[in-house]
Amino acid sequence: MARVVVDVMLKPEILDPQGQAVANALPRLGISDVSSVRIGRRIEIEFAGAADPERVREIADKLLANPVIEDFTIQEVAEPATEAEAEAVPAGDPA
Amino acid sequence: MSARVGVVTFPGSLDDGDAARAVRVAGGEAVRLWHGDSSLHGVDAVVLPGGFSYGDYLRTGAIARFAPVMESIIDGARGGLPVLGICNGFQILCEAHLLPGALTRNSHLHFRNRDQWLRVSATNTAWTNSFESDQDVLIPLKSGEGRYVADQATLDELAANGRIVATYQRGNPNGSERDIAGVTNEAGNVVGLMPHPEHAIEALTGPSLDGLGFFTSILKHLAGASA
Repeated sequence: MARVVVDVMLKPEILDPQGQAVANALPRLGISDVSSVRIGRRIEIEFAGAADPERVREIADKLLANPVIEDFTIQEVAEPATEAEAEAVPAGDPA
Repeated sequence: MSARVGVVTFPGSLDDGDAARAVRVAGGEAVRLWHGDSSLHGVDAVVLPGGFSYGDYLRTGAIARFAPVMESIIDGARGGLPVLGICNGFQILCEAHLLPGALTRNSHLHFRNRDQWLRVSATNTAWTNSFESDQDVLIPLKSGEGRYVADQATLDELAANGRIVATYQRGNPNGSERDIAGVTNEAGNVVGLMPHPEHAIEALTGPSLDGLGFFTSILKHLAGASA
């Protein structure tokens, strides 16, 4: 099994009003030395077998990102599934 | 025989009923098309209505673009089939690369719901031939991701070739580049429009009857094509 992480970010020249809104909220936390915040999206994909880099690129280019406004990076993560899932159990889950 | 205009329903479409009604009020026959059915049932033109297809998941229009009906619409549009995308439909057309650019979050982050003045600047498209050149029209706008963006070269090309179909007047409601409210493809058969002409076709419910022009335009275009 292979796990691939795709990070999608708005291109630098595209306005990110969400990031600006977060940046503008930071002074309320007493943080005044942040000059910029940009918000993107992290997508984790698991393949049943090995990950074919070409297919991952196709998935990212055709669906996960819109190349008109976004850039993406692809990273294959080596076999972290079980540990990562254990860590991913939310703390304080009322259930 | 009246022209048959298809109106697609995706999961999350909201304005398919109004779009179909606008087609009928203009004098056409509205044919309901289903996202999961790749057949266009022989329609002469297609409207992609507003709404929140697939919950706007990932990006607006990103998943709808891969619906079975869209494969047929993309093929058809490349062959000259007239297609109008309204709001979410415009977003879908951009995601499908039938129109350049993309629609992004309004610059002020607020959803904008208001009657909006537009100037119809391209009247040679299949969907705008009933308007006077540079006619100002009042049409409802309701969107959170209506800010049109494209690189400068694309914007210059759109402007130079008369492909900016409509611009916002009396204030830009969402931060769109060059006040763009709608664009067309090179051939003029595909038009994307952020505001909602299908909500401005009757005095009882709309701010004007200006929206009807988009629907009478397509009927005129089709009548001309078959004559």
